[in-house]
Amino acid sequence: MTITTIAGKDVHVNDEGFMTEYDEWTEDLGRELAANIGIAEMTDDHWAAIRFLRSDFAEQQETATLRRVTKVGGIPTKQLFTLFPKKPAKKMAYIAGLPKPHGCV
Amino acid sequence: MTTTETTPTVVPDFGDDDNDRKICFICSKGTLDMAYPALIMANGALGEGVETHIFFTFWGMDMINKATVDDLQFTPLGNTAMHMPPGWGKLSEKHMPQGFGGLPGMTGMATKMLKKQIAGLDVPEVPEFLELLVNMGAHLWACRMSVDMMDLEKDDLIDGVEDVINVSEFIDLSDGAQVIFV
Repeated sequence: MTITTIAGKDVHVNDEGFMTEYDEWTEDLGRELAANIGIAEMTDDHWAAIRFLRSDFAEQQETATLRRVTKVGGIPTKQLFTLFPKKPAKKMAYIAGLPKPHGCV
Repeated sequence: MTTTETTPTVVPDFGDDDNDRKICFICSKGTLDMAYPALIMANGALGEGVETHIFFTFWGMDMINKATVDDLQFTPLGNTAMHMPPGWGKLSEKHMPQGFGGLPGMTGMATKMLKKQIAGLDVPEVPEFLELLVNMGAHLWACRMSVDMMDLEKDDLIDGVEDVINVSEFIDLSDGAQVIFV
């Protein structure tokens, strides 16, 4: 188990840098994680996606796939690619302090 | 007690600076089971930020023809890998005798079963899947020769199809790409 300091807080992370403890996450941490991967400003649209991922994980115990964020969370796929360029599913999971999604689709 | 160590922050590499990877799928089959491989791999590629093109040719035209896309079929006939249905214990491990495949209603039943299994995995049906891929940034192309041979027009094809292109145009656009023939 590895502990690192993000936004002045000690948190558990895996080898790749993804947070591993759901309850250690805060929005301040999310903002810092986003900045780490080049998303300098988290807009309301960014937060809407991240908050959906967090609440969906709490219910499903699994990180939502892109299709789920669109279908259940109601955020268009195109918009996700604009907000979190190139690899939205993984980037959102990273910022939300969740594991990478496991599903293929 | 678990020992832990404090380490410098590791930031995952999302490959934002890699822009050179490109992948092209050629869909040449119009059966339900052969429609999915390219769609699932294309979905994975797009999710990884890879430029993705899908070229539909010959029987694969059924995947983008408005008249057929909702009604792709799966048949056990001629498929020696077809097993008996799941849930029949030891019998499910056996291959289905080829003669069964030719019985009336078999294709309909097998299609229904496969669709149910795919839906069970929360994977969309083909029309919705294609729309999803387009929204993710996929480029869909129809084969000129197939369109001419089947007497189709661009309007006969689903909206996501960008254009009807000939083989030399496809060879051009797949320059430097990984090409996967399905």
